[in-house]
Amino acid sequence: MPEQAPEQRVKNFKEVPFGYTEELAKIEAQRCLFCKKPQCIAGCPVEIDIPGFIKLIAEGDYIGAAKKLKETNSLPAVCGRVCPQEDQCEKVCILSKKYEPVAIGNLERFAADYERETGEIEIPKIEKSTGKKVAIVGSGPAGLTVAGDLIKMGHQVTVFEALHKAGGVLVYGIPEFRLPKAIVQSEVDYLAKLGVEFKTSNVIGMLETIDDLFASGYHAIFIGTGAGLPNFMRIPGENLNGIYSANEYLTRSNLMKAYSFPENDTPIFSGKNVAVLGGGNTAMDSVRTALRLGADNAYIVYRRSRTEMPARKDEIHHAEQEGVKFDFLTAPIKFHGTEDGWLKGMECIRMKLGEPDESGRRRPVPVEGSNYIMDVDTVIVAIGNSSNPLVPKTTPGLDINKWGNITADPETGQTSRRGVFAGGDIVTGGATVILAAGAGKRAARAIDAYLKTP
Amino acid sequence: MSIADLDKKNGILAIVFQEVGKSTAKLGTLVEGDSLADVVGPLGTPTHIEKYGNCVCVGGGIGIAPIHPVAKALKEVGNQVTSIIGARNKELLIMEDESRAACDNLIISTDDGSYGFHGFVTQVLAGILEKGEKVDFIFSVGPVLMMRALARVTLPYKVRTIISLNPIMVDGTGMCGACRVTVGNQTKFACVDGPDFDAHLVDFEELLKRQRMYLKEEKVAMDNFISRMDQSAHHHQSHKPS
Ligand SMILES: Cc1cc2nc3c(=O)[nH]c(=O)nc-3n(C[C@H](O)[C@H](O)[C@H](O)COP(=O)(O)OP(=O)(O)OC[C@H]3O[C@@H](n4cnc5c(N)ncnc54)[C@H](O)[C@@H]3O)c2cc1C
Ligand code: FES
Repeated sequence: MPEQAPEQRVKNFKEVPFGYTEELAKIEAQRCLFCKKPQCIAGCPVEIDIPGFIKLIAEGDYIGAAKKLKETNSLPAVCGRVCPQEDQCEKVCILSKKYEPVAIGNLERFAADYERETGEIEIPKIEKSTGKKVAIVGSGPAGLTVAGDLIKMGHQVTVFEALHKAGGVLVYGIPEFRLPKAIVQSEVDYLAKLGVEFKTSNVIGMLETIDDLFASGYHAIFIGTGAGLPNFMRIPGENLNGIYSANEYLTRSNLMKAYSFPENDTPIFSGKNVAVLGGGNTAMDSVRTALRLGADNAYIVYRRSRTEMPARKDEIHHAEQEGVKFDFLTAPIKFHGTEDGWLKGMECIRMKLGEPDESGRRRPVPVEGSNYIMDVDTVIVAIGNSSNPLVPKTTPGLDINKWGNITADPETGQTSRRGVFAGGDIVTGGATVILAAGAGKRAARAIDAYLKTP
Repeated sequence: MSIADLDKKNGILAIVFQEVGKSTAKLGTLVEGDSLADVVGPLGTPTHIEKYGNCVCVGGGIGIAPIHPVAKALKEVGNQVTSIIGARNKELLIMEDESRAACDNLIISTDDGSYGFHGFVTQVLAGILEKGEKVDFIFSVGPVLMMRALARVTLPYKVRTIISLNPIMVDGTGMCGACRVTVGNQTKFACVDGPDFDAHLVDFEELLKRQRMYLKEEKVAMDNFISRMDQSAHHHQSHKPS
């Protein structure tokens, strides 16, 4: 897919790939073999009818393709951009045995963008009002999906969101250059147009509890509060100025637009030599943001090797093209600071791969005496998140597991509390947009059934 | 900026703030009938209130506001409450009447001696402790330097001393870690674990340094704001009919 040249794009926050033209989309769609037993469908966590929508693109019916996508995935414009296709649908594409697989993600993005940009999004049929009210806590992909499905089924839906803007990680975490905020906003606007009520700046568990919501007339509640609590390394010097969690760094830059300080009020400190700890999408987003904020050197410091990095292949590739340096098999052990409390160096130790651990990946073990100091003034910690305890702590009878994730039936999202459903990262721990959206779809069906049971 | 009072029945939240930077300066330009786009709360862990016996609430500067609801609550559950409130000078002293009404005994101090005791609130507190008066619980809010001094004063007496911290925050819900403070050698998020912490366990040096992280940017934002205000004032003047 055509995209901005690396040396140009590191100077702006605009989206990297330009997207297909109609012509390119058709050519790509025609590569599909339309297999009798399509593997790709089984590779998709929400089982999109992939050959079905690709066929419509090949025939030039782009709106039809978008509609087909939306039968199972409420956020195709988002998922086309951020799904790890190389581990899902594209991985099992028959073509990939010999050639490049069909670019399913790019095609998904194309159809959804086409529909949005031509303004041909029709308002779907909304069932007769059931008179039932549903509260949704959290407006990430899980919450938005539940909201969209339930409103179409005729229920009254209110979404409560802690931040001042709806969208969850899609607005505060994933940067503009990977997922333009206008796309997320148009999904939210669309739901609002269908009648979903959004209550932002509303921290459930603090302002009102789950029981308060029931008392004020909601018949069912969906919890989609995500995995929002940043983990830190717990090593000396971690509170020096210049050390951020990825959540803080990305929130300042994306949601609060610190990249345009002082036009926007929120400042960010982003130095000349920036190290990002971690190997996932969040780490790639942080390191590429650092380059765009003017870093001379931006490093990924990861304690395992390249093959274990969980980030999307595309993002690793993009980061490399943009000049990010990778330090594999390296782990920080201590931060050094100045008198005034600013970071001036990160002490690291080299690792080597030992025996496989419980995840099947070879466990990194430190190499004695290999310590050295990296010259960095900014460090971004992107080593994962834990679940936010606010809702479980204030909801008696809501069961959680030992990591603090809410226990819910994977098929229905049903929790240990009657009328309370949950899905997305708050149940699974940090996962993906499509898994959160899929959990939302199943929960919406279950909530509908619950509300219709006398 | 602090919550100074809450009137649930009438839906009134009283907030006191001092204009120290752009956002508070901008707040200061609001007039009756204006509104804020977003107000989020309540956040954090509520101040623990119980019957301790003799309590002292110490408020410095703008910190007088947040000790007010705590003094009230402590008194309501039957504590004997002394409040010590102080400011740089008489002009800057806020909420004297409200504070007096909320406690059993109010002591005032000013740094320049223009009103009440001549000196710091911490000196007043030291005097009380030195006299050997029985104090069971101390709650304090003020500038970090004042709270650090206060922690040093009360430590030898082993009086339970709780202070309310205000590190730089972003979301206030535990999502970012901007508000990290070290308490008893452990990292805490002030917005969810706090803001109240045991004064004797807080790493004040770290807190002071972290609070200064954006001094430069804060000044840029403030300067821009002032020059914009000047410009628009100028603009209005030049358009006045002569
Ligand atoms: C930087 C980054 C990059 C990522 N990149 C990718 C990617 O490329 N591909 C991919 O598939 N996945 C990616 N992910 C993961 C993906 O974003 C998440 O798995 C997904 O967003 C989870 O959705 P969710 O709806 O469960 O929760 P979230 O998106 O986390 O949304 C939860 C929402 O609930 C709100 N909330 C929390 N507590 C409360 C409360 N008490 N009251 C009210 N509201 C509350 C939060 O403010 C938030 O808005 C990335 C994640 C991050 C952080
Ligand atoms: S302010 Fe973000 S976690 Fe406390």
